[in-house]
Amino acid sequence: MSTHTERETTTDQTAASHSQLIEVTDVNFGYTATPVVRDISLQIEAGEYVAIVGPNGSGKSTLMKLMMGLVKPDEGRIRLFSEPAHKFDDGSRIGYVAQHASASKEMPITVREVIKMGRFPHIGFGRLSAADWEIVDQALETVGMSAFANRRVTNLSGGQRQRAFIARALASEADLLVLDEPTVGVDAESVEAFYDLLEALNDEGITILLIEHDLSAVTNHAERVVCLNGQIHFDGPTEAFVESDALVQAFGTAAAGLGGV
Amino acid sequence: MIDVLAMPLQTGGLDALLGPLYWFLELWSGVLTWLAKIADIRMIQEQNAFMHRAFLVGICIGVMAPLIGTFLVHRQLALIGDALAHTAFAGVAIGLFLNSVINLGVTPYLTAVVVAMIAALLIEVISEATDAYNDVSMAIVLSTGFALGTTLISINAGGLTVSVERYLFGNLSTVTPQAAAILLVLFAIVIGVVGLTRNQLLYVTFDETAAAVSGLPVNWYNRIMVMLTALVVVGAMQIMGVILVAAMLVVPVAGASQVSRSFNEAVLVSVILAEISVIVGIAFAYHLGATAGGIVVLVAVTLYTGAVVVGKLQTVYGDNSMPEMGSINANETESAAD
Repeated sequence: MSTHTERETTTDQTAASHSQLIEVTDVNFGYTATPVVRDISLQIEAGEYVAIVGPNGSGKSTLMKLMMGLVKPDEGRIRLFSEPAHKFDDGSRIGYVAQHASASKEMPITVREVIKMGRFPHIGFGRLSAADWEIVDQALETVGMSAFANRRVTNLSGGQRQRAFIARALASEADLLVLDEPTVGVDAESVEAFYDLLEALNDEGITILLIEHDLSAVTNHAERVVCLNGQIHFDGPTEAFVESDALVQAFGTAAAGLGGV
Repeated sequence: MIDVLAMPLQTGGLDALLGPLYWFLELWSGVLTWLAKIADIRMIQEQNAFMHRAFLVGICIGVMAPLIGTFLVHRQLALIGDALAHTAFAGVAIGLFLNSVINLGVTPYLTAVVVAMIAALLIEVISEATDAYNDVSMAIVLSTGFALGTTLISINAGGLTVSVERYLFGNLSTVTPQAAAILLVLFAIVIGVVGLTRNQLLYVTFDETAAAVSGLPVNWYNRIMVMLTALVVVGAMQIMGVILVAAMLVVPVAGASQVSRSFNEAVLVSVILAEISVIVGIAFAYHLGATAGGIVVLVAVTLYTGAVVVGKLQTVYGDNSMPEMGSINANETESAAD
């Protein structure tokens, strides 16, 4: 417990007054009349390592969009860093790694230029300073992509590209890292190393919010699991999740057999 | 309402506003005349002042069209230039119509700017509401613009049909000093806004969701982008013509992305390709007595074809060695994990 509080005070911005990074209260949302997620309430505290799991179409990505303020809930309240999520605009506090489908696929742009974008929330209309470039190169180094700095992103493999996006999130030096199925297309070896990296970052006090389809990755690494299928079926420590019947409820019996570690 | 709008736009007031730019045009004309003398280029000798303006307009188009085009092409928005050009044509028609009906005395380029900007915002707002840029809505805007233009012109037939061709196909010899000065203003606005918001436009273009998470008001940057596109289209229209103007937004950019690795390089290469197309195109048009727009686009497409070949050669003979990929190093972060 003592280590926990220590960790919070070291992350100077997050800890002091508000330890709740994300507060979701009684949220309902649907793109059409049918709700995609309903009766969602959850809190994410500074320093946590939370995974949101659920089958395809369970509303995981929608919940992420709601929490990031990209869409507004039909009902309920969402607060991000103690502000209404859709009004929150201090992007320097959030690092985001998407399913790699979201970025442009033909644009000529180098790995280093992609990672540079992680500094944009800090510099606004200005230019990157020498210190900013140092952070960019450090992030490149951390994901093992230094040799690829000047490669065109479109010529990389899926896994390499994903590493570049992770480096972009690192370069943003955020308090909260949000990752939406970040390891899709990444080779098995790198996946393991990637989760080690997330754990190291979490140990430094960075809050990790992971949206995952791969259950084994989640049960091996996350501290807390939120199991979603339209509504929350389970929210608690990972060990309790493994023993619970939430999997069966959310995924159905067949998937539970496969996914159960 | 129209009177209020028209007042600052009317020719007298406008010329006063553009005063310093006329001075710049004189200066530019002087430079080209001097160049004509020392290099013996008859095309730009002193009595061909219209060619001086044509080159100036062309050079500006060669910078701003691919610059904006870069942000459009990589979001599959290449069509929007075409749609806006056709609504700009409606703007021209409205201008001509108002001039002949209520004697407004406004240059049709300014009504084109206003109408194209409104259309740009409309396309953007519709796409925000429906959550997608779609071909159908763009095609509807395009044909509505053109239909409105042709209707207004045919109602007023007689006086108008003659002068409208230069808007459709562009014309070197009809670039008036006023039109050139207006273009310089558009150029300054486009370059200024892109220069200021280059980071944001890049982020929104490359990865809209991540840009939104990082706190950028994505919709606003999209609106800025389409409105700048409207400005570029209207500016380029006088030489390129309504029908071919979109090519300058797309073709040099497509060529550049064949041979470039980085974004900065792509922007630079697309501007170079566009400048070559414009300058060579205008020169050929002068000598052949042809429409400039068509030749400029033909040169641009030739350059594009060359870029495709160079790009293929690069992939075959270039540096294909895959460097060693480092391991993801959790310990690199400040406090070592172990």
